[in-house]
Amino acid sequence: MDRRALAINVLAPVAFTVAMFVVWEIVCKALKIPITFLPAPTDIWAALVKFWDPIVDNSIQTLWTTVAGFLIATVFGLLLGIAVGWHKAIYAGLYPVLIGFNSIPKVAVVPVLILWFGIGTVPAILTAFLISFFPIVVNVATGLATTEPELEDVLRALGASKLDVMRKVGIPRSLPYFFGSLKVAITLAFVGSVVSETVGANKGIGYLMLSAQANFQVPLVFAGLIALAVLGIVLYAITAAIEARFTGWAFRGQVHA
Amino acid sequence: MHYGRGARAVQAVDRVDLSIDRGEVVAVVGPSGCGKSSLMRLVSGLAPVSSGRLTVEGREVRGPVKSVGMAFQNSNLLPWRSALDNVLLPLEIVEPYRSSMRKERGAYRDKALRLLESVGLAGFTGKHPWELSGGMQQRTSICRALIHEPEILLLDEPFGALDAFTREELWCALRDLQAERGVTVMLVTHDLREAVFLSDTVYVMSNRPGRIVLRREVDLPRPRDLEITYTPEFSAIVHELRVRIGGVRH
Repeated sequence: MDRRALAINVLAPVAFTVAMFVVWEIVCKALKIPITFLPAPTDIWAALVKFWDPIVDNSIQTLWTTVAGFLIATVFGLLLGIAVGWHKAIYAGLYPVLIGFNSIPKVAVVPVLILWFGIGTVPAILTAFLISFFPIVVNVATGLATTEPELEDVLRALGASKLDVMRKVGIPRSLPYFFGSLKVAITLAFVGSVVSETVGANKGIGYLMLSAQANFQVPLVFAGLIALAVLGIVLYAITAAIEARFTGWAFRGQVHA
Repeated sequence: MHYGRGARAVQAVDRVDLSIDRGEVVAVVGPSGCGKSSLMRLVSGLAPVSSGRLTVEGREVRGPVKSVGMAFQNSNLLPWRSALDNVLLPLEIVEPYRSSMRKERGAYRDKALRLLESVGLAGFTGKHPWELSGGMQQRTSICRALIHEPEILLLDEPFGALDAFTREELWCALRDLQAERGVTVMLVTHDLREAVFLSDTVYVMSNRPGRIVLRREVDLPRPRDLEITYTPEFSAIVHELRVRIGGVRH
């Protein structure tokens, strides 16, 4: 990385983040905003330090329910996406059902899940799964549906079976769509598990924030938000790195720029 | 051969009667939209025959024919595979290579490398399609069509998207490959010089529905050099074909 790229890719995000917190701090102090309304970053930092152990503890819970739900969604979404992209009849049959299902706000499903599985980890994982599989299905199916017929002809002229065409052309061709959807899915899964934790749970960042709010520990509520933001960025960065690793060919413009 | 059904069906090719000898190079020329590519899809088995008979190697064509290698106007290389892996693709599909792919991978790699070297791509085998020029992509595409040693090579305007110099370079590459392997070639093109330079027999097709209106044997001696394209004999044949196609259009 040359100095210019370093400045843009590393220094710029850091500078913006620091500037945001500085402005926040100045506004809070200058306008004397009460700590119970909007705590200043220094107050939040103090809460982070003070409640470090429970925050880490609950973050791990949220992190693992998110990742578990996300992984289930990835496998399920990939398989369903291939099925939908495989045949027009499956596409026509499943699509309205999928759209209908996706239109249900997932927060409305959480009570049902709690009814079935009780308060705790399982509803959080399932909510994360339910909310995040849809973009994966849609993207994989789109990738398959937009495969150039000429590329398929190359294989069909060799006497390749439908399965061959899928393995050699369809699936590699739709991988950029698949990995692209993972970035959306991971953030959605995160939303899902936190939503589930705030509706009914005994552990997790969502639960921590809910009980902090009940006790008027506003800096701790914000500390929870900060923890969520950090986790979200980390998860996003991991999926983005995986995407770049596996589908470099689709981003050739950036590689050679 | 028809496209579509019922009243909206378009007849693409009609009463096309031609036979190609083993090792022969045949070119099919004609105006745009005359059904040249449809004929190609028929011979390859990609499109079904609606009436008449089509045999390859004495057997009637009912589906894709494995003894055929195809290359199109677009190289249609898979962008996620290197040139070498693109050339290896048919071996992953066509028997008997397919079942021995795991065991013989090294040998097949060498074979593909040799083929790519023979068309002047020795230093580019590890490159991805977008890192290759148009001419290199097309060479790779022709290598891919040849790797499984098909009896027949079907070329659908393979040099149509290239500049004139690259095109002539690739004529020579194709000429040498064909001479070396004795493969039967069916070349669809609208470049008459290309047709005459490369082939033993040129067929001229009419407007849709495509029919064969002229069969012209090219009796120029082989091996042919690019110089031959500037001789009066060469020009006379090209002119004769041109006149015939000009007549077809009106």
